[in-house]
Amino acid sequence: MNVNQSAPPVPPFGQPQPVYPGYHQSGYGGQPGSTAPPTSYGAYNGPVPGYQQTPPPGVSRAPPSSEAPPASTAQAPCGQAAYGQFGQGDVQNGPSSTVQMQRFPGSQPFGSVPLAPVVSQPAVLQPFGPPPTSAQVTAQLAGMQISGAVAPALPPVGLGYGPPTSLASASGSFPNSALPPGSQMTGPPGPPPPMHSSQQPGYQLQQNGSFGPARGPQPNYGSPYPGASTFGSQPGPPQPLPPKRLDPDAIPSPQLNELPPQQKTRHRIDPDAIPSPIQVIEDDRNNRGSEPFVTGVRGQVPPLVTTNFLVKDQGNASPRYIRCTSYNIPCTSDMAKQAQVPLAAVIKPLARLPPEEASPYVVDHGESGPLRCNRCKAYMCPFMQFIEGGRRFQCCFCSCINDVPPQYFQHLDHTGKRVDAYDRPELSLGSYEFLATVDYCKNNKFPSPPAFIFMIDVSYNAIRSGLVRLLCEELKSLLDFLPREGGAEESAIRVGFVTYNKVLHFYNVKSSLAQPQMMVVSDVADMFVPLLDGFLVNVSESRAVITSLLDQIPEMFADTRETETVFAPVIQAGMEALKAAECAGKLFLFHTSLPIAEAPGKLKNRDDRKLINTDKEKTLFQPQTGAYQTLAKECVAQGCCVDLFLFPNQYVDVATLSVVPQLTGGSVYKYACFQVENDQERFLSDLRRDVQKVVGFDAVMRVRTSTGIRAVDFFGAFYMSNTTDVELAGLDGDKTVTVEFKHDDRLNEESGALLQCALLYTSCAGQRRLRIHNLALNCCTQLADLYRNCETDTLINYMAKFAYRGVLNSPVKTVRDTLITQCAQILACYRKNCASPSSAGQLILPECMKLLPVYLNCVLKSDVLQPGAEVTTDDRAYVRQLVTSMDVAETNVFFYPRLLPLTKSPIESATEPPAVRASEERLSNGDIYLLENGLNLFLWVGASVQQGVVQSLFSVSSFSQITSGLSVLPVLDNPLSKKVRGLIDSLRAQRSRYMKLIVVKQEDKLEMLFKHFLVEDKSLSGGASYVDFLCHMHKEIRQLLS
Amino acid sequence: MATYLEFIQQNEERDGVRFSWNVWPSSRLEATRMVVPLACLLTPLKERPDLPPVQYEPVLCSRPTCKAILNPLCQVDYRAKLWACNFCFQRNQFPPAYTGISEVNQPAELMPQFSTIEYVIQRGAPSPLIFLYVVDTCLEEDDLQALKESLQMSLSLLPPDALVGLITFGRMVQVHELSCEGISKSYVFRGTKDLTAKQIQDMLGLTKPAMPMQQARPGQPQEHPFVSSRFLQPIHKIDMNLTDLLGELQRDPWPVTQGKRPLRSTGVALSIAVGLLEGTFPNTGARIMLFTGGPPTQGPGMVVGDELKVPIRSWHDIEKDNARFMKKATKHYEMLANRTATNGHCIDIYACALDQTGLLEMKCCANLTGGHMVMGDSFNTSLFKQTFQRIFTKDFNGDFRMAFGATLEVKTSRELKVAGAIGPCVSLNVKGPCVSENELGVGGTSQWKICGMDPTSTLGIYFEVVNQHNAPIPQGGRGAIQFVTQYQHSSTQRRIRVTTIARNWADAQSQLRHIEAAFDQEAAAVLMARLGVFRAESEEGPDVLRWLDRQLIRLCQKFGQYNKEDPTSFRLSDSFSLYPQFMFHLRRSPFLQVFNNSPDESSYYRHHFARQDLTQSLIMIQPILYSYSFHGPPEPVLLDSSSILADRILLMDTFFQIVIYLGETIAQWRKAGYQDMPEYENFKHLLQAPLDDAQEILQARFPMPRYINTEHGGSQARFLLSKVNPSQTHNNLYAWGQVRNCQVSRGGGQALFEKLVSKWISLALETEFTQVFCWGWGWGGNFEYCSWGGRGHWCGSPAVHSII
Repeated sequence: MNVNQSAPPVPPFGQPQPVYPGYHQSGYGGQPGSTAPPTSYGAYNGPVPGYQQTPPPGVSRAPPSSEAPPASTAQAPCGQAAYGQFGQGDVQNGPSSTVQMQRFPGSQPFGSVPLAPVVSQPAVLQPFGPPPTSAQVTAQLAGMQISGAVAPALPPVGLGYGPPTSLASASGSFPNSALPPGSQMTGPPGPPPPMHSSQQPGYQLQQNGSFGPARGPQPNYGSPYPGASTFGSQPGPPQPLPPKRLDPDAIPSPQLNELPPQQKTRHRIDPDAIPSPIQVIEDDRNNRGSEPFVTGVRGQVPPLVTTNFLVKDQGNASPRYIRCTSYNIPCTSDMAKQAQVPLAAVIKPLARLPPEEASPYVVDHGESGPLRCNRCKAYMCPFMQFIEGGRRFQCCFCSCINDVPPQYFQHLDHTGKRVDAYDRPELSLGSYEFLATVDYCKNNKFPSPPAFIFMIDVSYNAIRSGLVRLLCEELKSLLDFLPREGGAEESAIRVGFVTYNKVLHFYNVKSSLAQPQMMVVSDVADMFVPLLDGFLVNVSESRAVITSLLDQIPEMFADTRETETVFAPVIQAGMEALKAAECAGKLFLFHTSLPIAEAPGKLKNRDDRKLINTDKEKTLFQPQTGAYQTLAKECVAQGCCVDLFLFPNQYVDVATLSVVPQLTGGSVYKYACFQVENDQERFLSDLRRDVQKVVGFDAVMRVRTSTGIRAVDFFGAFYMSNTTDVELAGLDGDKTVTVEFKHDDRLNEESGALLQCALLYTSCAGQRRLRIHNLALNCCTQLADLYRNCETDTLINYMAKFAYRGVLNSPVKTVRDTLITQCAQILACYRKNCASPSSAGQLILPECMKLLPVYLNCVLKSDVLQPGAEVTTDDRAYVRQLVTSMDVAETNVFFYPRLLPLTKSPIESATEPPAVRASEERLSNGDIYLLENGLNLFLWVGASVQQGVVQSLFSVSSFSQITSGLSVLPVLDNPLSKKVRGLIDSLRAQRSRYMKLIVVKQEDKLEMLFKHFLVEDKSLSGGASYVDFLCHMHKEIRQLLS
Repeated sequence: MATYLEFIQQNEERDGVRFSWNVWPSSRLEATRMVVPLACLLTPLKERPDLPPVQYEPVLCSRPTCKAILNPLCQVDYRAKLWACNFCFQRNQFPPAYTGISEVNQPAELMPQFSTIEYVIQRGAPSPLIFLYVVDTCLEEDDLQALKESLQMSLSLLPPDALVGLITFGRMVQVHELSCEGISKSYVFRGTKDLTAKQIQDMLGLTKPAMPMQQARPGQPQEHPFVSSRFLQPIHKIDMNLTDLLGELQRDPWPVTQGKRPLRSTGVALSIAVGLLEGTFPNTGARIMLFTGGPPTQGPGMVVGDELKVPIRSWHDIEKDNARFMKKATKHYEMLANRTATNGHCIDIYACALDQTGLLEMKCCANLTGGHMVMGDSFNTSLFKQTFQRIFTKDFNGDFRMAFGATLEVKTSRELKVAGAIGPCVSLNVKGPCVSENELGVGGTSQWKICGMDPTSTLGIYFEVVNQHNAPIPQGGRGAIQFVTQYQHSSTQRRIRVTTIARNWADAQSQLRHIEAAFDQEAAAVLMARLGVFRAESEEGPDVLRWLDRQLIRLCQKFGQYNKEDPTSFRLSDSFSLYPQFMFHLRRSPFLQVFNNSPDESSYYRHHFARQDLTQSLIMIQPILYSYSFHGPPEPVLLDSSSILADRILLMDTFFQIVIYLGETIAQWRKAGYQDMPEYENFKHLLQAPLDDAQEILQARFPMPRYINTEHGGSQARFLLSKVNPSQTHNNLYAWGQVRNCQVSRGGGQALFEKLVSKWISLALETEFTQVFCWGWGWGGNFEYCSWGGRGHWCGSPAVHSII
C-alpha cells in the first residue's frame, strides 16, 4: 500500500486516543469505554490546561481506530481538527472524541493510518466532551498552527493530502484500484495473506490501507491513492501538503499557500497522517491476537511480535523460534537483487515459550541416533517424502533418495504419508529434539554436567561500591536456583569461585574442609588452575564451606588498596578450570575497571571522542588487541561461555572486554557508576535471571536450506570457525542468531524453500541433544508476492545488525548511507513494480513495509550510528553488542520505544493502556507516561498533573516535590499506585533485562535523557524527525525512480 | 712417634685441625716430592665446651691487605703497646682498650692455650633464624602422614622466635601465607615455569613499588618484617595455625594416570623458596628444608619424564650420555645453589623414596650451601624421623648445633699459599697475597662461604709451599696459618672464631726422618680421598683411580724401604703403614666406585664424605668390623671374608650402614631359641652386645645409618659381603690364603696390605709399569656383587670397573 500520506495529519494521531473511546462508544457503540473515560477525563483536564503546547502530545495507539473506518468519512476532517484542539488544550480532547467519530469514516478512506491514531485516543478523551466538539474543534483548529488552516479540510493538517475530500471519493475508488493491484496493500490483497486476512470487511477497505487496520494506520493510504500521490504533498488531492521537502513536485499545491506561515515552517506534514507504528501494532493485536497461529501452512506470515498469540505447531517452527524477513522468497536471484529485500531469518533456537505452549518433544532413536539424509545430512523432518511404499525417502533439501532403515520402516497411507506420521514428532512437527548419541559428543564421550564459575573483582572500586558484599550475600541464596532440567531435584551444575584484582584467588571449597582455602595465582602472564579437586563442587554438598567463603570474601578484601585489575587471565583461568574438569560451563565475571595491570590482555584508555565522525571512528568499536579473540576461540573450543557484568566508573573499553562474551554466546551487563542503593535491584534481578536461565552449552548450530538458497551470513553472539557452523559456547533462551540467505540457484514455486536449523547442545543436566526447527517458505515469481509477505520488524532486526556490524569496518556515515540507500531501493522497487501508476510525487509504501521508514530512522538515530554528546564510547559499544543478539521483539521496542500514558485510561482497566507515538507532541503536560525500550524505563510526569495523581503515585503533595531521578515508586495503597507499579512490574517481566525506573519531571534536567527516546522527534544529536526522514526517503526513492 | 700422635691429637682437640704433615718441608720442590700435599682438615666450629667466647671484638692488623688477627704467635712489645703481625710483620698499635696489658696481664688472645679463640660481635641487630619448609605432597598417604607428623614435631623444637615458612609442591607450588585468620591462603605457582627472583617477589607481593613515600616515614624499619611476615612468621605466633595447616595438607590432588609418575615441581619449588628468602632476608641465617619423595618430573630441574616406562637415569645412561635432563637440571640447581650461597642461606634435602630422587642433580644445593642431605626409603622410617629430629639437637649450652652464613678466611705466612678447599663451601673469590695460582679443590681465593655448618663440618684445606729451594728458612723458623671463621651462631649472635697454628719447617733433605715421623697418615688419607672424590665429580672414574694409584706408588717410592729385586723386603715406617690400606679401601668405596650404586647414592655418599670429620671419614673409607664371640671381648677384625666365621657375630659400621651379622652357628642357635633358656643366658648376652653397641652408634650419628640386622644366608647379608675383601672366594694369582691367618687387628691389619702392597709396589718399581699394579688392585672390582642392585639400579657392565 502506498502510504503517501506521510505528512500532514499529525494531529489525528495525537488525538487518536480520544477517538478511540469515541470510536467504541459512538461508532461501535457497545464499548465500555464511555464509562471509563470520564474518570480519566477529569484527570486529563486538569493537566491539559497547563499544557497548552502547540502540538498535541502524540498519543499512542488506537487499534480500534482501524476498524473505525467504517464510520463516516465526512467526519474525518473533524478528527483532525480535534486533534488540533487536543494539542492546544484540554478542551479539545473532549471535542476530539466526537470528532473522531467523524473522522473515522474519513480516515478509512484514506488510509487507515490517520484513523487509527484517532481511534486510540478516545478512551481517555471521550469523556470530555464529545459535545463541545465541533465548535471547539474548529476554533481550536484555527488556533493551531498546523491545523488551523486545515480545519476545514482535514487533509491539510495531516498528510497534507487532502484526504478528506478525497476520502469519500477515495474510498470508493480505492477498492477498485487498490485491490486489484494488490500491490498497494500488502496485507489485504494477498489471498494467502494469512495475516491480515482476518477482519476487514471489504477488501476495499483493506486495500486502502484501511485494511491497514490490521497493520495499520496508514492514514492517507487510501486517499492518496486515487488522487494524491505524494507523500508529502499530494497535489492531486484537495489538500496538497505544504511540505516542500517532501516532494518538490507537490509544492505548488494550493493548500500550502493557504496554510498559515508558521505551519509551513513547522510541519508541512501532519504526523498523524504518516504511518503510525502504534496503529499498526494495535491493528495486528486486534486482528490476530485472538486466535492461535497454526503453522501448518507454508509461507504464512505470523502475527507481529508485539501481538500476543498462541502457536500451534503443525509442521513448521513457531515464529518464536524463527522469523523471516519475508515468507515468500523470490524464485531467482535476479528478482531478489531487484527487490533488495534482504532474505534473512532471525532464529532463536532455545526461545522460551509461554506456558500454554509445549516445549519441543524429545525423540530418542536409541543407539542409531537421529535419521538423516545421507548426502546433505539434514535431519528427518515433516517435509521428507517417503516413496516406494515407505522403503525410501527423498530428502526435501537435496533430493537425495535414502533408504529407510528397517527399524524405522512404516507403511504409507493412500496420500503417501506414513501412517505413523502423527505419532512421530519428527514427522509432524516443526520443532522437536533428538537425543544425541555418543557420536555427537566431544571426544566421543558423553559430557559431564556443566559448571558455573563466579569470578569476582575484589579491587578497591568493587569493594568500595559495596558490590562485593552485595554479590556475595546474594550468591548465598541464588545458588539454590541453578538451572535444573525437567523435574530434577537439584541442579547438576557444579560451582566454583574466583576472586581477583591484579592476581587471581581460587578457592577450594571441598565439602570435607572446615574452612575454604584460598589459592593465589600471581602468574597472570601464564594463567593456570591451581587446583582441581575442590574447586568445582556441588552446591548442596559444600554448602557450609561455600557460605563461609561468601561470608569471608568481603571481609578479607575490606582493606584492599589494590586498584589495578586484570581481565584476560581471569577468563583464561575459568576456561582452564573447565578444561581441567573436562566439562562445559559458564563464567560469571563481575568486573569494575579497565584492566591496566601488567598481564596479557592489558588495555589502555583509548577513548577519544575526537574520532567520532571520522574514518577512524570504527576503531572505537574494534577490540584493542587480538588477544581476546584468541582467548574466545579457546573458550569456544572448551564450551566455556562468559557472562560479563561490568560496573565501570569510567571508560572500561567495552568494545574489547565484550569480545569474549560476544564470541562465546554470553551476555554483557553494564551498570555505570554502580551504587548499591540505586542499582542493587537492577543488578540482582539481572543476576538472578542470568544465573537461573536455562542454557545450552557447547552448542553448534547449522542451518540447512533447500537447494537454491544458502545461508551466507550470520549475525549474533557466537563464533564461527568455518562458513557453515555457528559455534556457541553457551546459548540461552534470549540469544538470537540472524541468518542471511542468498540464492545460488533457482527456486521452485511449487516446492517452496525449506529451512532446517539444527542445534546440537549440552543441556543443563549434561545431556547431549539436537534441537531441530523446520520452516517452509513460499517462493514467488512476482515481486508483489514478496512485498506482500514481508515482516518489517524482522527486516529492521536484520538491518540493524547488519549496520552495527558494519561500523566495525566502515565509517559510520557510510553505514548510514548504505542503510538509507537500501531502504530506498526496496521501496523504489515496490513503487516501480508493484504499485499502480501514480504521480511521482506520491509516496507509496507497501503495506507490510509502511513502517520501514520510521523504524529505519530509529536505527539511524540510534546511539551507535549517531551518538549524542552524552553517549559514551562504552555505551555505544555496549549497545552495539547487545543488539547483535537481540530478537525481533527486542529490536522492535529498542528502536521504537513504547510510550504508555498512565492516566488516560480508566484505572480499573486491567489491560495495558494503549501506547502513544514516541514524540514530544504526544505528551500532554497533564499526564504521566511510562516509556520503555527494553533497557530503560522512564516515568515522565507532566508539569500540570493533577495533585491527586501526584499524591497517589508519589505520596507528595505537589509536582515540585517529586524527586527527579527517583528510581522507586513508593508503595501506596491506592488504585493508581497499584496499577502503575503493577504495570511497571509487568513491563519488566516482559524484558530479558531489568529496566531501572527513572522518574523524569517535565522541564527537568533529566528530561533531556528522556527526550532522547522520543524517536519520532528530531534528536539533539542531529537525527531526523520521522516526518523529515520520510520526506528524505521519498526524495531518495524518487531519485531512484527517475 | 708417640709424641707426634699426642701432638696431633692435642692439636685436633684444641684447634680442630689435622695436618697431613706436621713438620713442613721448607721448599716448594721438596714439598712436591712429598706426594701428599701439605693440607689440613679443619673443623671450624669444633665444639669446645672449655672455650667460652670472649665478649669483645678482635684486634686486627692494620695493613689493609693483611688484617690478620692478634694471636699468641705475635711479637708483643708491652711497653710500647705495640704488636707485630706474624704474617706481614706490620707493627700495630694496640687499641685504647688494651692500655692495661703487660706480660702478666695478657688478653686471652695472646695466651698460647688460646690458639683458638671465639669473639662475640655485639654490633648489629640479631636476626632470627629462619626455617622454610619445602614439602613435596606427591607422597603416599602414610608417607605424607609421617612427614606431617615429623614437621609438626619439629615446630616444638624450634626456638620460639624463629621464623618459619611453608611451601608445598606437587604439580603446582604453593607458598602458604601464615598470618591470615580464617581462610587459609596460599600463593600458587605453575610447576613448569622458571621464574626469576624478581618475578617471584613480584608475584608474592614482596616488592612494594607504589607508596614508599608515604609509608617510609612512619615505618621504615618496620617495613621489612611487615612485607615478609605473610610468609615467614615467628613460630610462637602461628604455632597452632601452622600445626593445623600441616595437618590439613593433602596429597597432591591432580590425578596420576596409570603408568605415569606424579608431576613434581621440585625445581620451581626450590626456586621460589630461594627467591622468597632472597627478597626478604638476604644475608640472614636461614635453612630451606626440602622434603621430597621422588624425582622432579616437570619444569626446570626435572630429572626424569613422567612416563614410568622410562626409568630414571643410571650411571650407565650417564656414561652413554643418555641422561636427557641431567645437564639442564644440574645447571638449574647449581644456579639456585649459587644464589642461595650468595644470600647466605642453606638448603637441606631430605629425600625419601625407594627409587632415586634426583640427588645427583640437586646435590649442589646441599653441597654448596652447607645443607644436609638425607636419603631414606620412606618418611615413615625411623631413619628419617630420627635423623630429622637430630638436626635440632642442642649443644651443652642449649644452643642448636648449627651455624649460618659463615665465611672462612685463611691467612698464611709468606712461605705458604692457599691452594684451595674441599668441603661444603663456595669460593668468595677473594684474591690476596696468600692465594696460590695452583688450585686444589675450590681455589683461587682465600675466603670461602659456608652457609650452613655444624660443629662437625670439616673442610679440607690445601696449601702450597712457595718458598724457593734456594732461600732456606732459618733454623727454628715456623710457618703460621690463621683461620678466621665469622658466622651467625644459632643464638643469632655473630661470632668470629680464630684459630692460629704454627708448624716447624724442616729441610727435606737433611731432616726427612723428621718429616716422615710427623706424617699424619689418617689425615693424609682423608685429604687425598677428598681430592680423589673432588676429581671424581668431574672426571672419569678410572682416571681418578689411576691418579690415586700413581700417588700411592710415588709415596711408597719416596718413603718405602726395600731391596731391589726383592719385593718381600718392602717396608713402610709406622707413620705410613696404614696408608696403603686406606687407599685400598678407598678405591673400593662408593665414593669412587659407582658400580652397584645409583647416581643418587653416589652423590649422597660423596656429600657426606666431603663434610664429615676425620674419624667419620675414615670409617667411610674403611668400614669397621667388630667380631663378637664367646672367646673374649669384642675385637676389631680384618675387613675380609675370612672374618666371617660361623660362631661369631659381626658388627660392621660403614658410617651409612650398621650391619649386625650372625654367623651360621649363632643363627642356628638363635633359631633354636637358646637365648630364651635361662641356662644359656650368656648367649643372650652375646646376642645383645652388638645390638647395644650398634644402638650407641645410631644414637650419635648424623645422618642416622641404615640399621641392618641379618644373619648367615640372609638376603641383607649382602651389605656385609659387599664390603669385605673377598679373599676366600677368589683364588688369585697370589695365594691370598696365606695371609688369612695374619694377626688381625685394626692396627695390625696393615700386615696383609703391606704384603700385598709391597709385592705390587716392588713389581711396579721394577717394571715401571703402573698398569700391572692397577691390575693387581683391580681384582677388587665388585662385579660379583652386582646382582644385588642395592637401590635397584646397578649398572650392568662390570668391565668398566675392573679398570683396564
